[in-house]
Amino acid sequence: MGLPLFPSGDDPGPSFAALLRRTDPTTPLLPGIDPSGVPLTVRHGTTVVAMRYTQGVIMAGDRRATEGHIIAHRAMEKVFPADRHSAVAIAGAAGPSVQMVRLFQTQLEHYEKVEGVALSLEGKANQLGQMVREHLPMAMQGLVVVPLFAGFDLARGQGRIFSYDVTGGHYEEADHAATGSGGRDARTTIKLGWHPGLARDEAIELAVRALYEAADEDSATGGPDLVRGIFPMVATVTLEGYETVPDAEVAERFGTLLARRSAGGPAL
Amino acid sequence: MTMPYYVAPEQVMKDRAEYAQKGIARGRSLVATIYDGGIVMVAENPSRSLHKVSEIYDRIAFAGVGKYNEFDQLRVSGVRHADTKGFAFSREDVDARSLANLYAQYLGQVFTHEMKPLEVEVLVAELGIEQRLDQMYHIAYEGTITDEDHFAVLGGETETITSRVAAAFVDGWDLDTALRGAVTALAGPDRTLGPDDLEVAVLARTTGRRAFRRLGPAELGERLAAPRRGGRGSRSTPSAPADDPPG
Repeated sequence: MGLPLFPSGDDPGPSFAALLRRTDPTTPLLPGIDPSGVPLTVRHGTTVVAMRYTQGVIMAGDRRATEGHIIAHRAMEKVFPADRHSAVAIAGAAGPSVQMVRLFQTQLEHYEKVEGVALSLEGKANQLGQMVREHLPMAMQGLVVVPLFAGFDLARGQGRIFSYDVTGGHYEEADHAATGSGGRDARTTIKLGWHPGLARDEAIELAVRALYEAADEDSATGGPDLVRGIFPMVATVTLEGYETVPDAEVAERFGTLLARRSAGGPAL
Repeated sequence: MTMPYYVAPEQVMKDRAEYAQKGIARGRSLVATIYDGGIVMVAENPSRSLHKVSEIYDRIAFAGVGKYNEFDQLRVSGVRHADTKGFAFSREDVDARSLANLYAQYLGQVFTHEMKPLEVEVLVAELGIEQRLDQMYHIAYEGTITDEDHFAVLGGETETITSRVAAAFVDGWDLDTALRGAVTALAGPDRTLGPDDLEVAVLARTTGRRAFRRLGPAELGERLAAPRRGGRGSRSTPSAPADDPPG
């Protein structure tokens, strides 16, 4: 491997994906499959949610991965830092999703280093949309990847959320979003509990409750696993950057929630 | 009818070396040194946006002097090399030594085979897990690579600046002391350099994934000011926002 130098008229610019295509055109960026092949049973990740609160955005995802009707993994991570001020969460086929996140993370950092400045939040959302669009042929084969993207917009000083569809179309959400097989139940829960001026504690509580309700209705969404001590992953993105909410704090929220529900308390 | 002149190879090399040295000496110099919490790179650079010191990867930084467009091309190719390697293998497989070797090979190749040598000198620094594992590779315009243990001086008047840094150097000095030592060495006895004349960045041994951090003019001014009594050392480990490693 030599130094990757390109003539000035033929330079891949700050795009890492373009660079990969130039240095190794034979390898597809995301895992490919034979288009004539039979539908595959692959690992799927499920429910992820995002919502705005006073300091920025919060993102949460359950930890279950399924393979058909089998539980394939109990502690899968579905919420990732995209860069210092944004996060990406994934629902869909696990392999391509995680690969897409790696490519996206590298792309954002690559741009920032080559250009000397980070992309705008809108620019990052667009980049992810292009990756989802390029993935469309595989989505047609059943390997669907649907991410959620959220971040703190440094220019506007507020959190913003973008949701996606399989064609790479992305839509800015006003306050909250959810996707994945349990997304519908999670979204309803958030819709009923969300209000402007939500504080950090309330936002974590609401996210945890949304995932609990999703797991209650959807077999592919995992609830809190008290036996193994596995809890959904929650992360916040604020002016200070991406931060994972400690497991202990999430466990405590679930403790309160479960105690209330066991005692016959109300769902909301 | 003209006859092609014969020029001895020694003469060709000498001319090229002289040409490159002249080009490099026209620019301003740079000092990099290891301090107790990492590696600090100090460049005399009045520009706020045309950087001489930049980030390559999580724990690797690049510094270049000489012709901007030439060393910037090397910087970008370094970022590309590192990101491609980290993406194909793993983040911990990206190291400064292999990048320094690539730079050395390329500079050597251009020096012997091209019409014009590159008028640059570059430094590749890598922050180790602990201080004795810190690495600095200094690559000259003709591809000579040197492994520096304590400090490196790039640019023109290296001899005088090197002797000034050597006189001030103390193994394991803290950031403020190292910074002042480097700035004094760059300035020499007849000048003083303020925050606006300098570009400073560190590779700091903090918990974050990305160790590279620039020191802004405000922080720089504060650090360059006379040592505060009693409180010194408390600011010797700058903290960067925590950054989780990508999956």
